[in-house]
Amino acid sequence: MKSERLRVNPIACEAHGLCAELLPERITLDEWGYPIVDPAPLSRELHREARRAVASCPTLALLLEQAASRRAA
Amino acid sequence: MSVPAPTRSGASAAPSLPRLLVGLAGGGRSAGLDAHLERYGAHGASHVRADLIGLLEESGLTGRGGAAFPVAVKMAAVASRSGRRVVVVNGAEGEPASGKDRALLRRLPHLVIDGAVLAASAVGAREVIVATGSGGQVEQAALAHAIGEREGRRLDGPVRTFAVAVPNSFVAGEETALVRFLNGGPAKPTFTPPRPFERGVGGAPTLVQNAETLANVALIARFGAGWFRSLGTEDEPGSVLVSLTGAVGRAGVYEVELGTTFEALLRQAEGATGPLQALLVGGFFGSWLEARTALSLRLLDADLAPYGAALGARAVVALPEGACGVVETARVAGYLARESAGQCGPCVHGLAAVARALGRLARRERDDRRGDLLRWLDLVRGRGACRHPDGAARFVASALDVFADEFSLHARGRCSGAGRLVLPVPKRQEAAA
Repeated sequence: MKSERLRVNPIACEAHGLCAELLPERITLDEWGYPIVDPAPLSRELHREARRAVASCPTLALLLEQAASRRAA
Repeated sequence: MSVPAPTRSGASAAPSLPRLLVGLAGGGRSAGLDAHLERYGAHGASHVRADLIGLLEESGLTGRGGAAFPVAVKMAAVASRSGRRVVVVNGAEGEPASGKDRALLRRLPHLVIDGAVLAASAVGAREVIVATGSGGQVEQAALAHAIGEREGRRLDGPVRTFAVAVPNSFVAGEETALVRFLNGGPAKPTFTPPRPFERGVGGAPTLVQNAETLANVALIARFGAGWFRSLGTEDEPGSVLVSLTGAVGRAGVYEVELGTTFEALLRQAEGATGPLQALLVGGFFGSWLEARTALSLRLLDADLAPYGAALGARAVVALPEGACGVVETARVAGYLARESAGQCGPCVHGLAAVARALGRLARRERDDRRGDLLRWLDLVRGRGACRHPDGAARFVASALDVFADEFSLHARGRCSGAGRLVLPVPKRQEAAA
């Protein structure tokens, strides 16, 4: 499996905070309740939890992206 | 913002400096098509159009809207796509300290449209949309007239040009916000990808370029990459428009060679009106620099980078002694917080917290929250869909550094300023706070 990383769509995020409960290894909440995501590639061990966090977000604001995503113009 | 008449009038061949503003020698009116063609010649011989992108790559032209992205790379990305493609001229210029795109569109609409039509031909687009701020009736009239002149003479072949007014907000000029508005939505940024070059106006790959950038394209197509590179440095070639305001003899839009010192720039504006304490470089997303440091620096990102600064869209404000850096910073921070598109939590809450804390410091309420401020600045960077929070954070961080002594005075309930307000923070928004 290719290495992936987590990213938040900040427009969609409504600070429900489930992601930080499901993946505290990589996601913490700021003082307003919005997730701070560690952008480093995910280790194999965390993949299952990461997918669970992504699937649990009520606004579908948490995304898994290819770690080597190209830079846009 | 006025454009002082160039000191040298342009030759009929390739002009030296001024380049962009050479067409202004005739006075304050918009240049008509005949005057334009007489001064610059017809745009784009077909051999130039064939490899305009290669020519632009050779020229090293970068986007003049603030991000300085290589123009040829962006154009090649759109050209490589198939189907309908669109070119958008970004003349929204929501930055209050900037007036250069308005000046260009008012006075030299044909030069900007030339560049846009050339770019359209190069990327395979048949539509050009020129976006200006909705308050800019003068630019809109000049554009409407220019478009009519070109249509009357069928100057642009299959390429059609339309003018659109966009809301006068700070973020409306961000390219995804611009595209969203042109697609019938609010003028607010979108999550990326897709970027406009992938999916833009009507879903078509869209080239969004700043008005000044396209005016340069029009000149490079005529006079060549070598000509363009005869000014500036190897890494930062060409000339740029600078919007200079604050404590200078003659505020206005100036065209200077990249690599000119800030001191020489101020001299063109008849110098400072008195001792300066700081320069704001890069507008409201820019950085404060101590005057004695800034004046000897050159207008180059290479010179500014060691100070964490960048030229951005080259809005420069001279802050005199007697003004208060803390008060000015609080005014702008309040404006930027109110101008948040309101879409991303960290930007909404973070910039509001920053603005409140700065407001209390500016009012000398003996509430020194500088520790919190630094933490909040860290918390907002990189956490919006666009770079609005990053720009605001850069601006405030530089103020905490450059005006450190004044912040300490304010924290003790004092202020060394004489109550003079300098930065052009829009009044309507300020009154609404």
